[in-house]
Amino acid sequence: MPAREGTYGLLAEFDTPSDLVRAARQARIDGWRRLDCYTPYPVEEAAEAIGFHRNRVPLVTLVGGLMGLVAMFLLEVWVSVWAYPLNIAGRPLYSWPAFIVPAYEWTILFAGLSAGFGMLALNGLPALYHPLFNAPNFRDGATNDKFFLCLEALDPKFDLLETRAYLASFEPVSVVEVAY
Amino acid sequence: MATSEIKPDPQLEKRIDPATGEYRVVAPGETFKSVTEKIAGLVLTPHTPMGWFAIFSVAGAGATLLLVAVTWLFLMGTGIWAITQPVAWGFAIINFVWWIGIGHAGTLISAILLLFKQGWRNSISRFAEAMTIFAVVCAGLFPVIHTGRPWLAYWMLPLPYTMNVWPQFRSPLMWDVFAVSTYATISVVFWYIGMVPDLATFRDRSKSKLGQYFYGLISLGWRGSVRHWMRYETAALLLSGLATPLVLSVHTVISFDFAVAVLPGWHTTIFPPYFVAGAIYSGFAMVLTLAIPLRKFYHLEHLVTERHIDNMGKVMLATGFIVAYGYGMEAFMAWYSASHWEAFMFWNRVFGPMGWAYWVLITCNLAIPLTTLWSRKLRTNIGYMFFISIVVNTGMWFERFVIIVTSLYRDFLPSAWGTYRATKWDYMTFVGTLGLFTFLFMLFVRFLPMIPMNEVKLLLPGAKIKPKSTVEAGD
Repeated sequence: MPAREGTYGLLAEFDTPSDLVRAARQARIDGWRRLDCYTPYPVEEAAEAIGFHRNRVPLVTLVGGLMGLVAMFLLEVWVSVWAYPLNIAGRPLYSWPAFIVPAYEWTILFAGLSAGFGMLALNGLPALYHPLFNAPNFRDGATNDKFFLCLEALDPKFDLLETRAYLASFEPVSVVEVAY
Repeated sequence: MATSEIKPDPQLEKRIDPATGEYRVVAPGETFKSVTEKIAGLVLTPHTPMGWFAIFSVAGAGATLLLVAVTWLFLMGTGIWAITQPVAWGFAIINFVWWIGIGHAGTLISAILLLFKQGWRNSISRFAEAMTIFAVVCAGLFPVIHTGRPWLAYWMLPLPYTMNVWPQFRSPLMWDVFAVSTYATISVVFWYIGMVPDLATFRDRSKSKLGQYFYGLISLGWRGSVRHWMRYETAALLLSGLATPLVLSVHTVISFDFAVAVLPGWHTTIFPPYFVAGAIYSGFAMVLTLAIPLRKFYHLEHLVTERHIDNMGKVMLATGFIVAYGYGMEAFMAWYSASHWEAFMFWNRVFGPMGWAYWVLITCNLAIPLTTLWSRKLRTNIGYMFFISIVVNTGMWFERFVIIVTSLYRDFLPSAWGTYRATKWDYMTFVGTLGLFTFLFMLFVRFLPMIPMNEVKLLLPGAKIKPKSTVEAGD
């Protein structure tokens, strides 16, 4: 990411999840689109409030699982029929029922790895730096007991003074400017 | 019969939820902040309790014993163990099956109970998962060292090496390789992903430079964005959905190692469900063995409450009865099959020279727990539950012993009969894995969040979204 200067956004701190959800819902209604909430545990209502309803983790998982299934089954067939055929008590080389178990395990393996790492990738993690950590109260609260609403400077509605007053109307604990 | 009047105890009353009459999952009075401070405080304190050092050194000595036993094994070969014909699968496979089974409860708690929306599981899920991983570590060791030439263990993998030899995919032993390796990998991913937000809390609260650096690196820059949380929740749900069929398949595949063979005592169709139930039974016992001292020494009674102990007792009661059904069916089929070999195997198992092992398992798995776990008074008696957990763990170890040894040592031809007596190296390896397990677990409780803070916070009354809120934080 190129180095940026200026303001990332304005960060309002709330004491309860209910206050955060009400503020986020109102901001969304008032036309804000570049906004995000930060909470110490998953608050589904806050995600709904900012209009984040669906994500692509299930799709990534499905694709991963199918890849695992196909990869293992083809490997087993290739090994048992072509690469290293073994005649064991005259059983057929292509004994597909026996191949189900490893293929099943690899379906789960690939799907699980896709779910875990796909989730991280879609979240843009791991990230060594994020401007929000510059906010003095963020690290103290966001992973502990406080709830944050951030209106980002990239939103066309953003204006440092007006937005600050707008956020203050939700009666937050504090509103701070976050620098890049 | 008149029920005895229970005197109202104000200390106890507070811990019981009037809505359900059950013990509360989280004791009243906990807030977001108090949960963070409690759990982060256990790890981020510079003062390590002396007791921790004591247990850590004993466990370390145990792990060293394992190192000695395994080094001697690698130098001398598997001849130092008691395995020979006809009992070619001795302690190594008994311990393998026992350890893997213990791991299953961790996945059950973290995955299956999540799918069933059992909120009470939240506070015990993390260390149960850790238990799973360390148990799988101990389990995975045994088949590898049992091969006799562990440096060739990579032959089990389908790799294109110069000999052009490929694995035999029709063998249950190969299925085991994939089942156990997948289980280990998925358990680690599930555990680690679940820990990332809590590690971020540690990063933000750590006072030491080293701690900030270490937790900063492994928390991957987690910042608690709700968009991230929603993807995280989806991934957690999907991983649970995947881990559930996985955990059922792992012990099923392990039971195939036995059931696919034609040996009387192994060749039965009841093995898969019977193994899985037994695994969960012994696993919950191990969770109790770990949870009871942990909650006492780290004062976690507010987060791991009597409710958890009670519920785990109920799960053990249920799975214990499935196991009892398995024993019953085994006896029934020995008679009903009208097979001479089956009938003899069963008679030999119960009344033969090693019949004592069968009676140990009946006492430990059925007689003691299944008669007493009905009583809620006993299920919430912490000392008794600790006792039961040890009893069931012992019983389940003997179950594996009975299945493996008593089926093998007297098979079809009396001229091929033998016996089995474990050597000191067998015992040292087994005790060593107990040491290794405790060693890893002690490291976990010292450096990682043993209770998932974010999941416990979800259970607090303050987490409820109210339309017009005037309540205090975390109330």
